[in-house]
Amino acid sequence: MERIEIDGVQEALERFAHKDVYIHLETTNGAYARHFDSNAYNVGAFIRNAQVRYTQAKIVGHESYRIGLKTENGWIYAEGLTDWEIDKHDRLLMAGHDVEGRLMVSLEISETPFD
Amino acid sequence: MDQQHVVIILPHPDDEAFGCSGTILEYRKNNIPVTYLCGTLGEMGRNMGSPFFANRETLPEIRKKELQDACKALDIDLQMLGYRDKTLEFEDRGEVAEHLKSILEDIQPSLVITFYPGHAVHPDHDAMGAAAIKAVERMDPDHRPEVWAKAITHNRHEMLGEPDVVNDVKDQFEDKMKVIEAHRSQAEGMLSKFRNSPEFGDMDSEGMKMLRYEEFYKWDFNS
Repeated sequence: MERIEIDGVQEALERFAHKDVYIHLETTNGAYARHFDSNAYNVGAFIRNAQVRYTQAKIVGHESYRIGLKTENGWIYAEGLTDWEIDKHDRLLMAGHDVEGRLMVSLEISETPFD
Repeated sequence: MDQQHVVIILPHPDDEAFGCSGTILEYRKNNIPVTYLCGTLGEMGRNMGSPFFANRETLPEIRKKELQDACKALDIDLQMLGYRDKTLEFEDRGEVAEHLKSILEDIQPSLVITFYPGHAVHPDHDAMGAAAIKAVERMDPDHRPEVWAKAITHNRHEMLGEPDVVNDVKDQFEDKMKVIEAHRSQAEGMLSKFRNSPEFGDMDSEGMKMLRYEEFYKWDFNS
């Protein structure tokens, strides 16, 4: 993955618009947050292979980015994205990493289901 | 050390490295066969290497290779069970137990090492331990292996008493570190910090003690 380059990502997002696509959306602070800090909470959510069609997409921010995808009935939103790549299967992979390289959030878009 | 065949049942590649690789290495030195039933590929891990080199989609293949390398360093057989990281607790526990039981009946181990359900911190650890114990419980009592359960909660000694088995794996320490290092994507960041800390090398420091002493509770099927 490379640091997000806003024009590149915007262009990639638009390529997937108006198509039935599969989404992986995830956020996590790990399963050990509370184990290492009794005042912390384990929080996370993921959805894998949600099939959606979005009509509008935008990336906003600098250094760390937000993405909003407008669908027929609602929105898909991710915050804290820092890195991106188009992988060898032509999927758009985006993620936000902390200073130690740990994944905090990810948003991925593909025309075929994820494994 | 008097075992015929040892089966390790844990959910994530690297659980074996931190928790019981010293014990495994000792068994292998004594030519006792060891088989690792690894539940998932740790597909949802958040460590991507430090600096990161994996992403959510490449991580499973990377961790699979690391797991195979670790098992080579441990000189043990590996069976990957094919469950998905973070979802084990939502699978039907009876089905997972039957799956494990069929493998155990085939191997006929004298000892099973798994996580202590309710004292294993990560939901996959708890679920894997519970399914493993249920699997052994469903076996013919005359042919049941012993079960040693690994507890990692902070209050385990308070809640469960002193562990029944405490292996000082000091003599295996360098090889244990190699097994941990095989899980590069998961361990590298943590290890480089640890190796540079004043604790490292002091066998009696808290950090070293955690790796040096491998504790287990013997599961009592009669209570």
